[in-house]
Amino acid sequence: MVIIGAGGAGLRAAIECSAAGLKTALVCKSLLGKAHTVMAEGGIAAALANVDNQDGWTTHFQDTLFGGKYLNNWKMAEFHAKESPDRVRELEQWGAVFDRTGEGKILQRAFGGHTYRRLAHVGDRTGLELIRTLQDKGIHQGIDVYMECTITRLLKDGPRACGAFGYWRETGKFVIFKAKSIILSTGGLGRCFKITSNSWEGTGDGHALGYQAGAQLLDMEFVQFHPTGMVWPPGVMGLLVTEAVRGEGGILRNNKGERFMEKYDPKRMELSTRDVVARSIYTEVKEGRGSPHGGCFLDISHRGAEYVKKKLPSMYHQFKELADVDITTGPMEVGPTCHYAMGGLKVEAATGATRVPGLFAAGECSGGMHGANRLGGNSLSDLLVFGARAGKGAADHARSAPAAKLEEAEISAAADEMTGYFSREKPENPYQLHVELQNTMQSLVGIFREDGDLKAAVEKLQEYKDRARRVGVLEGNRMFNPGWHLCRDLQNMLICSEAITRAALLRKESRGAHSRLDYPAYDEYWGSHNLLSEDRNGVMDVQPMPVVSSPDLQTLVDERKAKEKK
Amino acid sequence: MSKREFKVWRGDAAGGKFVSYPVDVEEGMVVLDAIHQIQRQQAPDLACRWNCKAAKCGSCSAEVNGKPRLMCKTRLDSLPDGEPVTVHPMRSFPIMRDLVTDVAWNYTVNRKIPPFTPKKDTQWLMQQEDVDRVQEFRKCIECFLCQNVCHVVREHDKKDHFAGPRFFVRIASLEMHPLDSLDRIPLLKKEAGLGLCNITKCCTEVCPEEIHITDNAIIPMKERVVDRYYDPVQIVIRKLTGKDKKD
Repeated sequence: MVIIGAGGAGLRAAIECSAAGLKTALVCKSLLGKAHTVMAEGGIAAALANVDNQDGWTTHFQDTLFGGKYLNNWKMAEFHAKESPDRVRELEQWGAVFDRTGEGKILQRAFGGHTYRRLAHVGDRTGLELIRTLQDKGIHQGIDVYMECTITRLLKDGPRACGAFGYWRETGKFVIFKAKSIILSTGGLGRCFKITSNSWEGTGDGHALGYQAGAQLLDMEFVQFHPTGMVWPPGVMGLLVTEAVRGEGGILRNNKGERFMEKYDPKRMELSTRDVVARSIYTEVKEGRGSPHGGCFLDISHRGAEYVKKKLPSMYHQFKELADVDITTGPMEVGPTCHYAMGGLKVEAATGATRVPGLFAAGECSGGMHGANRLGGNSLSDLLVFGARAGKGAADHARSAPAAKLEEAEISAAADEMTGYFSREKPENPYQLHVELQNTMQSLVGIFREDGDLKAAVEKLQEYKDRARRVGVLEGNRMFNPGWHLCRDLQNMLICSEAITRAALLRKESRGAHSRLDYPAYDEYWGSHNLLSEDRNGVMDVQPMPVVSSPDLQTLVDERKAKEKK
Repeated sequence: MSKREFKVWRGDAAGGKFVSYPVDVEEGMVVLDAIHQIQRQQAPDLACRWNCKAAKCGSCSAEVNGKPRLMCKTRLDSLPDGEPVTVHPMRSFPIMRDLVTDVAWNYTVNRKIPPFTPKKDTQWLMQQEDVDRVQEFRKCIECFLCQNVCHVVREHDKKDHFAGPRFFVRIASLEMHPLDSLDRIPLLKKEAGLGLCNITKCCTEVCPEEIHITDNAIIPMKERVVDRYYDPVQIVIRKLTGKDKKD
């Protein structure tokens, strides 16, 4: 078993695999415990009903589908809503220490789009708690962890995925992993955009590795812009400001002091879904009612200094140290930031299997669970539920799969690709190309989109793809060389960017995180179709497919749709 | 836009030196921003670790003007004006390349700590006040600055006999967990070498998460070791009850 990516999904999958008795390798680009999961702040959504006892899986399921504008894979949303409470309790049994209710149970907080107070949390550092707990569980269970190792290609035996090719970042030496099952759990692709909350690792590696190995990408047009990122100072632009600020009662205002969410979603106000809040802030700024640094104001100071420091300690420090702003006494400035890819590898709901035998995916690099827009708190639960499911699915597959053999030709092609970056005659600067790609995606494929911009982006991306063939190492050798790394990352980001742009061009409507200025309303056809991208002889082909529904869940969906109409 | 001189240590295990780079300074800039700018414009192969850029992952530890810091949290306007900013890799760990050090020792130590092991038939109820302390310890982002600055590691290189402040905090978080059932006091006394710590509080000073490492973790753990091994009344009781054999 090889698992690529050691965030929440990868770790949870690895625990499942090694518990099933399989020899499990967990490979990650960074050190263990540094994955982007640590940036998840607000909490894990699970209908534990510790605070609001009316809550249950059916409401969580309905909230998730409403948030995803009914484009979610229904089965995934069902598994997720049903299983997340057990996954949270299991974390506690492995040593996680959540904030407590008066009765001593796991405390839950309110969050955008969730009907009830549902997010199990630890102040505003829930992701760190999750990853540390899984890390400590995993290392004592015999998982082999290969840190600072970058996978550049999946290896196949006929149609099957059977290995992974990569290199050690420290030495630059190549490494080959042979496996009966491979799980991709590489996280997001936010680095395609200029303003993002994602770390350097969010380059869509799993999306691209899977796509190149023959798997399909789903819902790529849906990129979540989190409503609240920092907007100042420039160096931290895009850095996440947790939704927990609004969950704990934070109020959004424009420069006239108006609580503008009254206009956009009077019912849910600040706790509307992320797509709505992000567009509202963007519109306020565009219409001249923004804050000095191009965002809006978010104020939590009315909750009192002690409460804010207790419930939002890292936000307090983040603003104090990086922006000289004391959020206990005044508002912070925030604006939308590229945060999460709803789109990802198309997988079987129950097992995380892609259409490539032996290849599985879980977490952000898989698609289907969140539809057109993800609710806050549903990503950490997604990691746990589908990390465990993919782990089991991959383990079952590995037990019955015959031994695979690696193709020499594939291995040498993978090696040639990586050494090729050192032998360009006039190498293109990867840093420069990355900046241009980010600017293009931000300005032409951002929060609001239209036909002309998207077509221009497709052309630009073609130009970047040509230039990406010429990127090379400008200085240094193979030892821990970030420029070399970026050369390969760019190829992944370009595949993701193309899929995002092509799907966005095709979806002629506005829904969830995808807003078209030229098609501002819902469209009935698109309301029941997802977009699927796949490689056909080197050309990206994007086609609609009907949403994966399930007759036994129809009543729940109809019930929620009727309620929303009222 | 003003300029600022950065002196960044470049090299590998075989040796290296400070290299000067001019950096364009923006408002509110942190040291990590400067390192990224140098990568983009002047030294595309400059090696450094970073991830979250928000002081939550603990990857970008280095010594800035000689002081152990997270680069993502160190603002240029907090450093003395008019003199170059020096950036050196952490000194207590072997150098891999440029600002990247080999911190594998920390992961080895962590593996030796018996994990959380709940009491049998627990009801999973805990009061907030009983977990406040444990939550303080669990804030640790594993930047290893405390390990880097600890004399026992830095000057005396006792890595084989000493767990270091990070892992005293880790052990304390388990020992003080209301539902844990294991006894890690012998580990603290022997393999973890808690006695080597002479509570100079250097670790506490550099902790970016402001964990009270010495006061809240190390000293209470030292007290537990003393109670167990050196309290004469306890020794007599154990002799009489025959309970000291397990150690």
